[in-house]
Amino acid sequence: MELRARVPSGPIERKWAKHCFDMKLVNPANKRRYTVIVVGTGLAGGAAAASLSELGYRVKAFCFQDSPRRAHSIAAQGGINAAKNYQNDGDSIYRLFYDTIKGGDFRSREANVYRLAELSVRIIDQCVAQGVPFAREYGGLLANRSFGGAQVSRTFYARGQTGQQLLLGCYQALEKEVAKGNVTMYPRTEMLDVIVVNGKARGIVTRNMVTGEIETHLADAVILGTGGYGNVYFLSTNAKGSNATAIWRAYRRGAAFANPCFTQIHPTCIPVAGDYQSKLTLMSESLRNDGRVWVPKKSGDGRAPNAIPESERDYYLERKYPSYGNLSPRDIASRAAKEVCDEGRGVGPGGRGVYLDFFDAIKRLGADRIAERYGNLFEMYERITDENPYQLPMRIYPAVHYTMGGLWVDYNLMSTIPGLHVIGEANFSDHGANRLGASALMQGLADGYFVIPLTIGDYIASSRPEPLTADNVEVKATIESVRERTKRLTSIRGTRSATSFHRELGKIVWEYCGMARSAEGLKKALQLIPALRKEFWDDLLVPGTGQELNQELERAGRVADFLELAELMCLDALQRDESCGAHFRIEHQTPDGEALRHDDKFTYVSAWEFAGDGKSPILHKEPLLFENVALVTRSYR
Amino acid sequence: MWFVQFGRSTIGKKIIMAATGLIGIAFVIGHMAGNLQAFVGRDKLNAYGALLHGPLGELLWVVRIVLIVAVVLHVVMAYQLTMRARAARPLGYQKRDPQVSTWASRTMRWGGVLLLVFIILHILHFTTGQVDPAHAYGGVDTAGHRDVYGNLVASFRIWWVSAFYMLAMIFLGLHLYHGAWSSVRTLGYAKPSPQPLHRRIALVVAAIVWLGFTVVPLGVLVGVIH
Amino acid sequence: MNLELHVWRQPAPNADGSFFTYHAKDVSPDMSFLEMLDVVNEGLVASGGEPIAFDHDCREGICGSCGMMINGVAHGPMKATATCQLHMRRFKDGEVVWIEPWRARAFPVVKDLVVNRGALDRIVAAGGFVSVNTGSAPEANSVPVPKQDADDAMDAAACIGCGACVAACPNGSVSLFTAAKISHLGLLPHGQPERDRRALRMVAQMDVEGFGHCTLFGECQEACPKEISIDTIARMNRDYLQASVMHRGEKAVAGTG
Ligand SMILES: Cc1cc2nc3c(=O)[nH]c(=O)nc-3n(C[C@H](O)[C@H](O)[C@H](O)COP(=O)(O)OP(=O)(O)OC[C@H]3O[C@@H](n4cnc5c(N)ncnc54)[C@H](O)[C@@H]3O)c2cc1C
Ligand code: HEM
Ligand code: HEM
Ligand code: SF4
Ligand code: F3S
Ligand code: FES
Repeated sequence: MELRARVPSGPIERKWAKHCFDMKLVNPANKRRYTVIVVGTGLAGGAAAASLSELGYRVKAFCFQDSPRRAHSIAAQGGINAAKNYQNDGDSIYRLFYDTIKGGDFRSREANVYRLAELSVRIIDQCVAQGVPFAREYGGLLANRSFGGAQVSRTFYARGQTGQQLLLGCYQALEKEVAKGNVTMYPRTEMLDVIVVNGKARGIVTRNMVTGEIETHLADAVILGTGGYGNVYFLSTNAKGSNATAIWRAYRRGAAFANPCFTQIHPTCIPVAGDYQSKLTLMSESLRNDGRVWVPKKSGDGRAPNAIPESERDYYLERKYPSYGNLSPRDIASRAAKEVCDEGRGVGPGGRGVYLDFFDAIKRLGADRIAERYGNLFEMYERITDENPYQLPMRIYPAVHYTMGGLWVDYNLMSTIPGLHVIGEANFSDHGANRLGASALMQGLADGYFVIPLTIGDYIASSRPEPLTADNVEVKATIESVRERTKRLTSIRGTRSATSFHRELGKIVWEYCGMARSAEGLKKALQLIPALRKEFWDDLLVPGTGQELNQELERAGRVADFLELAELMCLDALQRDESCGAHFRIEHQTPDGEALRHDDKFTYVSAWEFAGDGKSPILHKEPLLFENVALVTRSYR
Repeated sequence: MWFVQFGRSTIGKKIIMAATGLIGIAFVIGHMAGNLQAFVGRDKLNAYGALLHGPLGELLWVVRIVLIVAVVLHVVMAYQLTMRARAARPLGYQKRDPQVSTWASRTMRWGGVLLLVFIILHILHFTTGQVDPAHAYGGVDTAGHRDVYGNLVASFRIWWVSAFYMLAMIFLGLHLYHGAWSSVRTLGYAKPSPQPLHRRIALVVAAIVWLGFTVVPLGVLVGVIH
Repeated sequence: MNLELHVWRQPAPNADGSFFTYHAKDVSPDMSFLEMLDVVNEGLVASGGEPIAFDHDCREGICGSCGMMINGVAHGPMKATATCQLHMRRFKDGEVVWIEPWRARAFPVVKDLVVNRGALDRIVAAGGFVSVNTGSAPEANSVPVPKQDADDAMDAAACIGCGACVAACPNGSVSLFTAAKISHLGLLPHGQPERDRRALRMVAQMDVEGFGHCTLFGECQEACPKEISIDTIARMNRDYLQASVMHRGEKAVAGTG
């Protein structure tokens, strides 16, 4: 396997323009002769499907929900970045580029990030024209807010529902093309494999989730926009259905998987309340502007929070990071919470939580001001926990939120399988080892609206796919293997549900490949995971058959893939013997407990090649060259 | 033609209902005011009737035609929409717990049927005389006018005639309590701050119409009109 | 706490369905309604039964996947709350809970509590968009939008497409959903060029799908997890009336069937 990033030459500001000119074009009249498959209808997939159809390609779009509008992008709250510099505060494309590279702790590809910053501007134009109701000032122009990791105000937002509104814009564009007959939409259809013929991606195998039918769809190019794999941890802020199956199946067919261990943990989520818990809910980070984080000094202190006197409280963030205090960055705040809970000082059920206390803020500003700022969030918190944050401190705990890792792609967003393109959170992305807030929406839309419509043309024009029919041997072999696997899942008839395995897997990955990782722990996980996987294949119980709507079967297939992916994540974390961004190896920290990079050895993207079941995957490295930005160390003291 | 399409659509049908309903409201308010002349006395009411049938006879026919068309359209649309609504949920809920819909809104259909029955009987009663419970139709007063007043008093002295009228007026009131509010919205008008205001107007309209009609049979029963 | 559940079970779209009784034991008040069903399902699977199928995804009240009739109320007893955000502390120990799928001709049952809401997508496809191809948009700030309009548009745009309005409406009307989209786009300058066409086509499609009409019962507004106002319905009616009268040339052809 060869990793060819195919970054165009020339100065960084000119690379994309030059590349646009250099790429081959498909004659407009010929476009309708080509079919493109788009798996996923989130911001990335939805934007791609609509835009490709507008250009004239025939598009088949797939999602597992009952409607394309329900993709997980819908849940994003905060906002989307763009270098519009409407606020006259010194923002620019270059600054957004720089912030993103630095935020990613220097583990992303310069040229891609620059292009992202460049395209961010057009995204806002496009969305506004579609009718996305962004927040506005009284003068009628667009409003901005600031967000973590940046000193300028460049985040556009639509109340706390930015992802929803952007996705609806995208979805409406998609439905417009569906109405024209150019896009065929396949909802409730899950992709279970990629069809690779003569080394090129030529289609997918899907399961109709209502009838259970296993089908093939052939095309001239395939695009995956299937989102992140945060659900490998079982509990995360992702939707229940979010899964890694599409990218994992592609990996097994030859697409390299890059930086699997780069997963982001968000410090302010509502903690786990019990064993039945099915998912975690994010609370906006803005709460940390006025809340103070603390735990009791004594371990095992069971008193109610208000009964603990000031002198017996440990405001540990203020203590450890006097200058940033409660506003320390995501990864640092998350790790600190884990540490105090590990010491037995955590609060709430299971001792996995810390207090976020608004008592002082309410005293200082009054309850009204606090309600004005955080009223919605307080309500949501109370709805879930039944505790009133005006009276009792909130309990928060970190939770898995985003995955920077994903399938490796070149500058054209094509994976190592020619013809298989990967966009949005599913690719290893532009965020390096850590993503800044409000940048994922931007990336998904940049990929979908502006990059892929052009690079697909280049691929098709230069590869000229030959005709293919469903009776091709490789096509038949792929569909057969999918049928086989589905049958296997339903025929084990053991005793344990897929969810019970998933929960157990989640605990392992969270413990050993979560906020803080060590060689020792990772090695342990690398023993536990294969053992669990074996038990899964021996003792799984899937009721019902494959020929009907069977949610247990769907779950089982996804858990089976998570069980493999988890191992790769641990391998990658073990291999990356440094700390960077969200990847924190306890062996590599400064005396103050901050991440210590080893740029001399690890300034590369790790890209793993599948070598077959039971064999160790092969590690390839794409060296990262920084021609525009100097590598520096982050500091938050 | 656009109005064919319009008339076929649910919103088009509903807009027709609202428009014809508003015509109905205008008519009942006028009619109610006319009826209240019964309190003044026989001569006044009969003279009013004579005025309508005599000098204003042509106008009366215009109004009659408008009313007939309106009632027919209203009823036909009501029927078609009700059938569509039924078909829209072939299998109902085992359990159903309405949250906010008023009783008035939920009785529009059966109440409407009752109103239809009422209107037919009522016209047969006062206008054409086929229904003549008090055997008082066709009399003439001292001024030589049709003695509408006599028929009215004689009829409403019969308790069940009054009861039927008064029951119908309750349903008319309910019909209007919902209809006077909803028709405005059907026609596309909603104040930025929603329900309360329009509901208040609807309540007043409904109450006035109900009361204004009901006092006549009531007045006869208690002997104020005699 | 313990609950007695009566759940509609239907193995396949055209199969017969009926109510089954289950006992949910040791339900924690902190559970969400769906987590309570998860636990019931785990029990069913463990005892060799078939779990109850229901749609869900985000479990944060934003994707619109979830939804069921709980004791005769769409999304259950808590106002402005989708089923996934409803917590068990709303129920009493020993309570009897009836759980039914959304019922409407246009929402055929797929399995148990899962229904097919594809009609909503087709209504949007009929005209719920602004025809602006990627790349053709002008600079975002070139068209100012009064803040009040933007806020009102956002109120309407908050619809999550769950279909509770249809489920709650005694007429099985999809008016609130359709009106929310017509309002959202109709309130913005960017939606004006297609305003007439949008109203005509979306209304035509909603009729084609076999939804009922609007009597203005107001049940939809009450069930809506996003508190979309029935004022939007008035706006839709006005747009439709205006478009019908003004737009004589345009054939209000039924949408995408
Ligand atoms: C709670 C939360 C809040 C967030 N807030 C922000 C924010 O404020 N700003 C920001 O920039 N980012 C935010 N993010 C991150 C951002 O929302 C996501 O990274 C981004 O939306 C991902 O978009 P996507 O198009 O790549 O994938 P998704 O939106 O996840 O879409 C995946 C699609 O793939 C389909 N799919 C998946 N697997 C299959 C399969 N096997 N077969 C068929 N179809 C499949 C799904 O049906 C779906 O349509 C947030 C994330 C979360 C979880
Ligand atoms: C207590 C209530 C009512 C009383 C006492 C009453 C009385 C009368 C009388 C006396 C007439 C005959 C007038 C004439 O021929 O000169 C009449 C006619 C009529 N009434 Fe009423 N009415 C009542 C309620 C209503 C209501 C509620 C409606 C409609 C919904 C209605 C509709 C009519 C109509 C359509 C006519 C015929 C008018 C014509 O074409 O000549 N009435 N009514
Ligand atoms: C003749 C018998 C009548 C029948 C069968 C009837 C039936 C109905 C029905 C079923 C509705 C509800 C429509 C819906 O489902 O949305 C309705 C609405 C209405 N009716 Fe009647 N009705 C009758 C008479 C009247 C009369 C006499 C009046 C006026 C005095 C009237 C005024 C209205 C109004 C204003 C509405 C509201 C329309 C809207 O919501 O837009 N109706 N009618
Ligand atoms: S209008 Fe409300 S109830 Fe109807 S689909 Fe939208 S969010 Fe759901
Ligand atoms: S409940 Fe139904 S009748 Fe109209 S106001 Fe809502 S759609
Ligand atoms: S599961 Fe997404 S709204 Fe309830």
